[in-house]
Amino acid sequence: MSIENNNEFRPKIVAFCCNWCSYAGADLAGSSRLAYPADVKIIRVPCSCRVNPMFILRAFEKGADGVILCGCHPGDCHYTTGNYYARRRMTLLFSMLDYIGVENGRTRVEWVSAAEGVKFSQTMNEFVEKIHSLGKNVRLGDLRCKN
Amino acid sequence: MQELVSRAKELLANGTVERVLGWKAGDLPYNPEPAYFYVEEDFDNFVYNGFCGANLSKYMIEASKMEGKTLVFLKPCDTYSFNQLIKEHRVDREKAYIIGVGCKGKLDIEKAKKAGIKGIESVAGADMSDACDTLTFQTIYGEKTCAYADVMLERCHVCKGKEHVISDEVIGESNDTKDAERFAEVEKIEAMSPEEKFAFFQKELSKCIRCNACRNVCPACSCRKCVFDSTKFDSAQKANVDSFEEKMFHVIRAFHVAGRCTDCGECSRVCPQGIPLHLFNRKFIKDINEFYGEYQAGADTDSRGPLTNFTFDDVEPSIVTERG
Amino acid sequence: MQRIGVFVCHCGSNIAATVDVKKVAEMALLEPGVVHAEDYQYMCSEAGQARIQAAIKEKNLTGIVVCSCSPRMHENTFRSAAEKAGLNPYMVEIANIREHCSWIHKDMEEATKKAVILARAAIAKVNLNAPLKPGESLVTKRALVIGGGIAGIQTAIDIADAGYEVDIVEKTPSIGGRMSQLDKTFPTLDCSACILTPKMVEAAAHEKITIYTYSEVEAVSGFVGDFTVDIRKKARYVDSDKCTGCGVCQEKCPSKKSLSEFNRGLNTRSAIYTPFAQAIPNVPVIDTDACIKMKTGKCGICEKVCQAGAIDYQQKDEIVTQKYGAIVVATGFDTIKLDNYDEYAYNQSKDVITSLELERVMNAAGPTKGHLERLSDGKHPKEIVFIQCVGSRCADNRGKSYCSKICCMYTAKHAMLIRDKYPDVNVTVFYIDVRTPGKNFDEFYRRAVEDYGVNYIKGQVGKVIPQPDGKLLVQGADLLDNKQILKEADMVVLATAIEPNPDVRKIATMLTASIDTNNFLTESHAKLRPVESPTAGVFLSGVCQGPKDIPETVAQAGAAAVKAIGLLAKDKLLTNPCTAKSDQLLCNGCSTCANVCPYGAISYEDIEVNDHGIRETRRVAVVNSALCQGCGACTVTCPSGAMDLQGFSNRQIIAEVDAICR
Repeated sequence: MSIENNNEFRPKIVAFCCNWCSYAGADLAGSSRLAYPADVKIIRVPCSCRVNPMFILRAFEKGADGVILCGCHPGDCHYTTGNYYARRRMTLLFSMLDYIGVENGRTRVEWVSAAEGVKFSQTMNEFVEKIHSLGKNVRLGDLRCKN
Repeated sequence: MQELVSRAKELLANGTVERVLGWKAGDLPYNPEPAYFYVEEDFDNFVYNGFCGANLSKYMIEASKMEGKTLVFLKPCDTYSFNQLIKEHRVDREKAYIIGVGCKGKLDIEKAKKAGIKGIESVAGADMSDACDTLTFQTIYGEKTCAYADVMLERCHVCKGKEHVISDEVIGESNDTKDAERFAEVEKIEAMSPEEKFAFFQKELSKCIRCNACRNVCPACSCRKCVFDSTKFDSAQKANVDSFEEKMFHVIRAFHVAGRCTDCGECSRVCPQGIPLHLFNRKFIKDINEFYGEYQAGADTDSRGPLTNFTFDDVEPSIVTERG
Repeated sequence: MQRIGVFVCHCGSNIAATVDVKKVAEMALLEPGVVHAEDYQYMCSEAGQARIQAAIKEKNLTGIVVCSCSPRMHENTFRSAAEKAGLNPYMVEIANIREHCSWIHKDMEEATKKAVILARAAIAKVNLNAPLKPGESLVTKRALVIGGGIAGIQTAIDIADAGYEVDIVEKTPSIGGRMSQLDKTFPTLDCSACILTPKMVEAAAHEKITIYTYSEVEAVSGFVGDFTVDIRKKARYVDSDKCTGCGVCQEKCPSKKSLSEFNRGLNTRSAIYTPFAQAIPNVPVIDTDACIKMKTGKCGICEKVCQAGAIDYQQKDEIVTQKYGAIVVATGFDTIKLDNYDEYAYNQSKDVITSLELERVMNAAGPTKGHLERLSDGKHPKEIVFIQCVGSRCADNRGKSYCSKICCMYTAKHAMLIRDKYPDVNVTVFYIDVRTPGKNFDEFYRRAVEDYGVNYIKGQVGKVIPQPDGKLLVQGADLLDNKQILKEADMVVLATAIEPNPDVRKIATMLTASIDTNNFLTESHAKLRPVESPTAGVFLSGVCQGPKDIPETVAQAGAAAVKAIGLLAKDKLLTNPCTAKSDQLLCNGCSTCANVCPYGAISYEDIEVNDHGIRETRRVAVVNSALCQGCGACTVTCPSGAMDLQGFSNRQIIAEVDAICR
């Protein structure tokens, strides 16, 4: 099954999706056959507020080229307030990553409801395209090197 | 300084406090260290001068578990840390007798050394009773002087102010030492290109030897067990073999204390490698102020921290991309 | 070390056509902990489940991964299958290789590669799973129905007939909703009031039903089986217990200039009013914006004329707090605002009206006493033009993308009724398509065309231009004859799109029920769970879920009632065991987690701990697992990492991340 064309950059993209809105939105994208690149792999979490900034850093450090977090729209969180906390945490984290010189297009938050299969697919297509334009992530794998 | 000692002795003698938390002279003229004082004789070693940068708030976590009250000397900026610890139920206000001490700016001996002042045998001009405008060093190469402000810690140039936000009494005068913009350094980095930013931090972080001094001194890093020592995150200290921890330690540490960090600057002060660690924390503080309104951790003991709060109209994370 | 079994489903050709399922099983066997892997046609089938159960027993599996459709589909199926084979149901993980893989990718190699990675992530997670046991919570045997239209009334009656207490909360002064505003109903031309009023009376008289009219839901807390709801009963300024409904107050009220909401603003009402004659309750309310007594302190005529002494200007809003096991949303719809459709001259001419306004015009209790007349001059119209799809099926963002579903049929009804009553009136209908799916619907439409001579033109209207003589010039296109049409009309009726009641957003937020881009409430599954919200214990009735006509609404109302009854019939519910848990040895007791907990599930206790020989009293967080809903907000805010979420632990998620990025 070795199909890897070494010339072609295939990014590793982790998508954290909340169970109630975005994961269902991804399911809807699937059942509506709305394609997006296979580079995106989804991890299901109960709520966007479950995503520890550490998970995102971990993904980058392990070689992810992009990390996207999808949750319910503000005001629609299944747990009432989870996405508000997630929004603040991610804003600060993304700002910090930008500050240390990690290209800010590698991280993204998008609010996708259970009914927005189209938006989910569009978002993923856009995001993959963005990561393609940024190329391989080397910086977060290489923040501290002793030479 | 004598005023502090006599008041401390008095409070010990009348039973108000069981012990005193202050600074004692170290083995060099410029490295006093935190210490407990129990009886009169202990005070022979007591010192309070421009080199007493150490923030004693964090020691009050352990002192809060001891019998009776502890007298603790807190500089104005230290009191923010103490307040924050009260908010987080880490210290017991009832177990502390706080004497707010005056502060005329604390010193960074490394700056003196960099200025060529080496072989220091003694220092004058840094006592509480001094004006603290000029320092006179007796060195093995003779006497050297320099302006006090030139040897001041970075944090004192962006001093939060002379007010003690919590205390039982205040002794001593403070100087206005603020002569720089708090966020100027952060702004300088923000203005860099991504490549420059990365190069800057890569260079700084590559100096880190993971001695954990920053973590150990930080009043916000007061967890009973640090996540970096816990197996729960698979990030435990495994003789520095885990590359994740190696690379991300400072970013994660800064995030852990975001919204709780009072910007006391202890991390940068104690770093043996001279990494400007406060630049991480201060970036979070700057963002918090810009995005969610001015917030000073430790200014009070009951408000909600910015990361445990929200409004419907908070900025979206895409702001980071949008502002370019 | 776990002993893990991996089961790869073909889902017929749904998965197998794009994913090499044998390869996925083969690759899974290489993963740590995996001792068994197989593929099968339909894992969810009885035979598929039997294979899983056999493997669990034969190979002493401690955890399984099913590579199949979304966990939202069959997680429960596989969990209970595993449980029957003696495995803890929470030792089951699903790798979604259908919705997230085979259905969106075309290239088999690529899809297979992704499926392998998704399986690998699930295996990495299940390696760290721990058996969990659900707790139990009690069910409050009372239902709340939000909205007192036909949907809410029907749901309430059905639930009450099953023996459970039901409260209806209705925002307006009377139950009845949109249906009470309709004149006749398709496809049988029943008088709307004649069939609705008995239902209203039945609901009001039902011993198990309590109706709160002129009331709104103010706050909702709790969760399935145990919601606590604050209901604001707005002050009516009339004592419902004393009022006899005689109506004298309304007759004598000197303030009669307020637009009648019930008649869509086509005529006026008094400041003290009941919206319509058959209102339930037949108790008026005082409109404080119009009441002279409220505004100036002078007047008080209603108080003087009320024989029953029911007027009470001092009445205050009242908050009623009640517990419910189930909540049904039946908030209905309104027609859209026509501000974006200036071309139809709705705001310029009184003779351009919406279909709902026409219902009032045709109704004997309406502003014209049921006479068809122009609202501008009262003249009898000779030419009426109906314009379909005003704001429906709209490609741009001026209107709604969806079909409002009811307009084709009610327009046929209007056309037929007008032609029946006034054979001298010509009726023309401009349409995009005529959609008549429904029992006896197409027959109904054909009668309009064939028996009543209604002129249907396929084409849209570009403009309606009011003429100086009061006529309306309609510019349209006839797509079948491919020609432009200019038609003079006396009245134009717009089949205005319907949209969910604007208040539904607020209610959805309170209920944490999800809502789509058009503000319709989202159902749990578009086909298989159409009346359940994804939020457990919240059900959907009527147009709040999507456009529908009366028979569909009533059917769905009954379905929502059955789902609510199914819940209320249970004494206890199993609670989600994926709750937060605090490690007491790590906890700082800092209270940060309690600050972000939306359920107040975290409290603090002083406990005696022995941490490696050091005994001390510590303040630590304790999670009430009955209250915790498992969002995980606390886990991230916890500085020490003491707080973790069972079933979605830090280590589990990190293992998934690592597996994907490997």
